[in-house]
Amino acid sequence: MNTFGDPTIWLPFVFAGLMGLSILIYVVLDGFDLGVGVLFPFADDAEKDRMIATIGPFWDANETWLVLAVGLLLVAFPAAHGTILTALYLPVAIMLVGLILRGVAFEFRAKAPAPHKHLWNNAFFAGSLMTSLSQGFMLGMYIMGLEWTLVHAAFSLLTAVFLTVGYSFIGATWVIHKTDAGLQRKAVGWAKGGIWGLVLGIALVSMATPLVSTRIFEKWFSWPEALLLSPLPILSALLVFGLWSMLRRMPFMNDRLSWLPFAAASMLWVMAFVGMAYSFYPYVVPEKLTIYEAASAPESLFIILIGTLFVLPTILAYTVLAYTVFRGKATELRYD
Amino acid sequence: MMETLLLSRIQFAANISFHILFPTITIALGWVLLFFKIRYSQTGQERWMEAYRFWVKIFALSFAMGVVSGITMSFQFGTNWPGFMEKVGNIAGPLLAYEIMTAFFLEAVFLGIMLFGFRRVPNWVHTGATFLVAFGTLMSTFWIIVLNSWMHTPQGFEMRDGVAHATDWFAIIFNPSMPYRFAHMVLASFLTVSFLIAGVSAFRWLIGGRTEGVRVALKTAVFTAALLMPVQIFVGDMHGLNTKEFQPAKVAAMEGHWETSGNVPLILFALPDQEARENRFEIGIPNLASFILTHEWDGVVKGLNDFVAEDGTVLHPRVAPVFWSFRVMIGTGVAMLLLSWVASFMMLRRKRGVEGLPKPLLYALVGMSFSGWIATLAGWYTTEIGRQPWLVQGVMTTAEAVADVPAPMVLSTLISYLIVYGLLLTAYIYVIFYLARKMSRGEDIGTSIAPAPAAAPNAIPAE
Repeated sequence: MNTFGDPTIWLPFVFAGLMGLSILIYVVLDGFDLGVGVLFPFADDAEKDRMIATIGPFWDANETWLVLAVGLLLVAFPAAHGTILTALYLPVAIMLVGLILRGVAFEFRAKAPAPHKHLWNNAFFAGSLMTSLSQGFMLGMYIMGLEWTLVHAAFSLLTAVFLTVGYSFIGATWVIHKTDAGLQRKAVGWAKGGIWGLVLGIALVSMATPLVSTRIFEKWFSWPEALLLSPLPILSALLVFGLWSMLRRMPFMNDRLSWLPFAAASMLWVMAFVGMAYSFYPYVVPEKLTIYEAASAPESLFIILIGTLFVLPTILAYTVLAYTVFRGKATELRYD
Repeated sequence: MMETLLLSRIQFAANISFHILFPTITIALGWVLLFFKIRYSQTGQERWMEAYRFWVKIFALSFAMGVVSGITMSFQFGTNWPGFMEKVGNIAGPLLAYEIMTAFFLEAVFLGIMLFGFRRVPNWVHTGATFLVAFGTLMSTFWIIVLNSWMHTPQGFEMRDGVAHATDWFAIIFNPSMPYRFAHMVLASFLTVSFLIAGVSAFRWLIGGRTEGVRVALKTAVFTAALLMPVQIFVGDMHGLNTKEFQPAKVAAMEGHWETSGNVPLILFALPDQEARENRFEIGIPNLASFILTHEWDGVVKGLNDFVAEDGTVLHPRVAPVFWSFRVMIGTGVAMLLLSWVASFMMLRRKRGVEGLPKPLLYALVGMSFSGWIATLAGWYTTEIGRQPWLVQGVMTTAEAVADVPAPMVLSTLISYLIVYGLLLTAYIYVIFYLARKMSRGEDIGTSIAPAPAAAPNAIPAE
């Protein structure tokens, strides 16, 4: 167990990395599911069906990354799990109700009698919206150090709106990739409208984060650390610029490059996430509890790690398989 | 604080009660679907696929309900019970992690292929996906039952600075009550599913949907129930004996037995009075409880009064809820046994099959569609309330784990959960019978989720 040095150091680090990875994968994958839900009111009935078909085979597995992320927080950093979730009691409850509505609406809207279908469409939208908003609110509260003040709540409301618009943006790029004709053109429009939410959101978070903590301020603006961080804003700006100029001319002939906006949008999320992870490390509860203080006993972490090392690659392989089986434009989902 | 504790307990109970309904269906339904699928592959008979296609939709619906309500659980550990993971996280953590990793993903990832992939992948891949979903669900059950059983009969750990540390993982996983609880729960799931399939198939039969698919589903379900009911009673008895050894206070509450004695009667009816510490209006069969619990007519059974500390602290659960939920479970179980045996007998008699079932019996099957849920919930209430005041038997109490969230906040979230759950449960049951009616009218429910896109032909990739 001591092959790699002190297990009380590297085990929490590895688990923080795994947890971060799960959150990142969740935000990208379920982000597009939720975004599709948030965009629902802008689509007509036939388009709604097709939009559902673009995420139908995936959403379940996508949502499971959230379970893994919270699960890792729970099992690897039990002290932090309690502190964070107790502080976020209400937004968590709203998110859970949202996730419930969104998840079951998938099934019910397809199975309930036709007159009830619009009710479940509304439930799908409301659930996606509640989930997105509360996740954005939690992001804001987390950045503000999990303390409830009026200013923090106001800031969190802003992040709630921006994250929701950001999700709708990545959702729109997914629809561009998975559909064609009229709906695809519509989705290009949605993406053009949504990209600003993401840009403003990233800008707001980037401005607020160093102001909240002098520690993070130091990390960002002292030499030579600033050099380490500099690729992030530069690459992000390039991505935004590339996305914008591409979206203006989409869709291309023969559906060329329809996957590119989604890929670029995902990269943008990765940038934003890496920036946050870099800023907050080594804290898991901002400025209060480090990953090393909050971690479970090394013996327990080691046991979990063994399982993780077998399971995580397998899960990734399964995920690739599922996305391969259901690749291409979304067609009618048939149970038979 | 007392109010927060009580409200948090009710909220957790509401969440976990709602949640367990759906795994109870998916655990066994996955295997039943695999059985249908294998029979189809072997015989090529369309009726097996017809049964598969109908029940895979119920599976998808139940699975979605289970996933979303399960996520709620993993958050509530943190929002309402932070003390639990802080104290026993070193043991509960890895068990939960294995539950999430090996199982949840296996199910969720392959579910897409199982549900929508029949035409997209070779037959054996589809059967394989069905197997992996069923297997994943069972593994999920295994790890959760391991954790739950460890909370009842904790082993293989030591306390250092008030925190539990694992010393022997084999002892933790194969803790004394785990094998009994696991078998009891898996059987409960198979029985719940059997009665659901039997009930819905009987409903379809009654309203005129007399297809071959309904026939095989009904037969499979009734015979499975008739075979498994006696096994479940045997396993339940073994589980009870195990509980008597490790959690005698729970057994005393189940029996409504206050003072340690021999020749204990089996109480059929009573109103346990916690304040007076006695039963009112007791009706019992002499010596039978002694015989069941000790296999001797005059066997001594520990009473509840042995679990009151010198200073008057009560270290046993509230008696009435445990006493009554136990009786609801047993009563429902007996009804399930009788119905499945009578129905099997009628079908076997002169080999008449489903035609041999008289109308009242079909109505009874419809009425008992959700009997498995009632028995399962009653059983869980018996064992979980029976563990109180402990959260982890002898290690930490429930009161120690609760979060200091203001009571009105817990109340408001509790009410919103209850409203959502009430609506969803109604919709769930309604949709099952709606689909059954639709199928019986001969309408296609095969295509779902989305109609074909009005797409340019070249945009659809070749399959």
